[in-house]
Amino acid sequence: MVNTVAAPAPTSAARRKGRRLTYLGAIREAQYEEMSNDPSVVLLGEDIEAGMFGTSGGLRDEFGPARVRDTPISELGFCGAAVGMAMTGLRPIVDLSIATFTYAGFDAIVSQAAKSGYMFGAQAKIPVVYRAAMFYGGSDAAHHSDRPYATFMTVPGLKIIAPSSPYDAMGLLKSAIRDDDPVMCFEDKNLWGIRETLPEEEFFVPLGKAAVKREGSDVTIVAIAGAVRLALQAAEELNGDGISAEVIDPRSLVPLDWPAIFESVSKTGRLVIADPASRTCSAASEIAATVTEELFGQLKHAPVRVTTPDVQIPFSPPLERTLYPSVTRIVDAARKTIR
Amino acid sequence: MTPDAALLTEMYRRMCRIRVFEERAIELQRKGEIPGALHTSVNQEAAVVGATLALRHDDYMTGTHRSHGHPIGKGAGINRLMAELMGKATGVCQGRGGSMHLADFSVGSLGESGIIASAVPVAVGAGISAQVRGTDQVSLAFFGDGASNAGAIHESMNMAAIWKVPVVFFCENNQWAVTTSIAKSTSVADIAQRAVAYGFPGVIVDGQDPVAVFTATTEAVERARRGEGPTLVEAKTYRTLEHAEGLPIPAKYREESEVDAWRLRDPLPAFAKRLVSEGVLTGRQVEEIDRDVDLEVDAAIKFARDSEFPSVESVFDGLFSDPIVPLARLR
Repeated sequence: MVNTVAAPAPTSAARRKGRRLTYLGAIREAQYEEMSNDPSVVLLGEDIEAGMFGTSGGLRDEFGPARVRDTPISELGFCGAAVGMAMTGLRPIVDLSIATFTYAGFDAIVSQAAKSGYMFGAQAKIPVVYRAAMFYGGSDAAHHSDRPYATFMTVPGLKIIAPSSPYDAMGLLKSAIRDDDPVMCFEDKNLWGIRETLPEEEFFVPLGKAAVKREGSDVTIVAIAGAVRLALQAAEELNGDGISAEVIDPRSLVPLDWPAIFESVSKTGRLVIADPASRTCSAASEIAATVTEELFGQLKHAPVRVTTPDVQIPFSPPLERTLYPSVTRIVDAARKTIR
Repeated sequence: MTPDAALLTEMYRRMCRIRVFEERAIELQRKGEIPGALHTSVNQEAAVVGATLALRHDDYMTGTHRSHGHPIGKGAGINRLMAELMGKATGVCQGRGGSMHLADFSVGSLGESGIIASAVPVAVGAGISAQVRGTDQVSLAFFGDGASNAGAIHESMNMAAIWKVPVVFFCENNQWAVTTSIAKSTSVADIAQRAVAYGFPGVIVDGQDPVAVFTATTEAVERARRGEGPTLVEAKTYRTLEHAEGLPIPAKYREESEVDAWRLRDPLPAFAKRLVSEGVLTGRQVEEIDRDVDLEVDAAIKFARDSEFPSVESVFDGLFSDPIVPLARLR
């Protein structure tokens, strides 16, 4: 069925104080714990020694310059170097800062990271994690506002996670670092400041396991990354109208927890997908198409996608503001499936 | 380091092994027994063997699309390489890679790349890994004159320089990137000059002389092993055959006289003659090596022919280390 990761043994170095963490703090804590636990885990990327976005502060002092290094602005070079590191005994985490920077490293990620395991007949494992923050909604304009996970979903050999909470950010990233395959972690900047109290004990979220964020019986809302909290608000609003919405966060886009989605849609007969990425060939499109193929006879309405339209992200706030999935758009989509 | 008689003999043997392996592969490709494109390094064997023999068994290297010779040079067995060229299950990459994507991790060959320059950063990463793990392993990146203009190479050289990565950038300058000459594509007459921009040594060596290549590469490897950082070695050689076997090139792009001049510099007969004249080998011993290599390649072809193709059911094997069952299979 889906991929599951057995819970690894707890790490001794996991720090327990101050477990009320932001999304960013949870990512830092995941990196800290895994670097403490395993000397083969290394971190590289631009401006990480200064801890620019808050996920690597102090790690250079803690683990030294060999394991935590600032790179030059050479995404192609260091994304490829990470593959060589991964082939030869290290577990690199590449902090790509902003998700659009993956394009500069695209050949290394696609031609080397994704393909070397398979193409060389499984002679090597490629345990590399590429982390990238998705900036959108903040007038960062076209060069800093993409949500490109679907682009990478078309590349066989890459696993893809998109955490929607501090808990998932920490648990998924820890699993990703321990995974023997290349994993891309798309972090949602709009969630950076969200705080959550995390368990005292060490925990992992397995790749390929969706979370049912709210149970319901009338319509399934599958929501990705920053759209999850919007979907939960939408479900609350729908509840006021007597509509019971179930909210599912896939958490991993590859592997995708199809059984969880099928089970929910089998129950509700209706599907809305809220996906902050642009519409064509999106994760939402894939989920809609697959559910339609698999559960056609059980559907009471065609699946409805709530996505960003196929347009470059404009700078001007009034232009940008209306483009992304919103609570209103999700509510409207759910109602549409029921009318 | 001056190679002794045993090493000189091994040099000749490996050059022969590459030549015969590739000449036979050409025949097999024409007959349809080897599918897909086949890029050979005929006439470039001295550069390949001089470089690979300068590496230790546990050193790393990455290759190019023209790369059958690299794993052979580093000591890989040829049976599984030939089986890979035929797409067989016993192939070194289980029939997943083929001619342009060989790899033999057992001899430190971390893989070849059909995308020009794409594996060079991987070699740098293997060097960084050796640094982090505290070993004294060295990594060597093969690339060609065409690749020398790709961004990945420049990013790699800069990273290797700032971190003193134990890596050797080894350029097989065979003068032609498909139909584009180095004069047309490249800002400098000698690619080795580019090393100046990154603050490490650049060395030019006669790529038809395996001893010269070995000596220059050994110096670069030793420098890297001492922690002094990268070197760029440029071996001047020439591709006498077409870019790829069976690839029709509509227009004439180089003079036949140029090709003929380089054919006269074929490194195999020249090196054999030199070994005989220096008393390293007798003429009879050279013939014995030639015959042994022929038999080895015969055996490799037999091994490959006798091997099965991978089962269709195995097509997803190796895509992920812990199998993700595709949705199609859930039904």
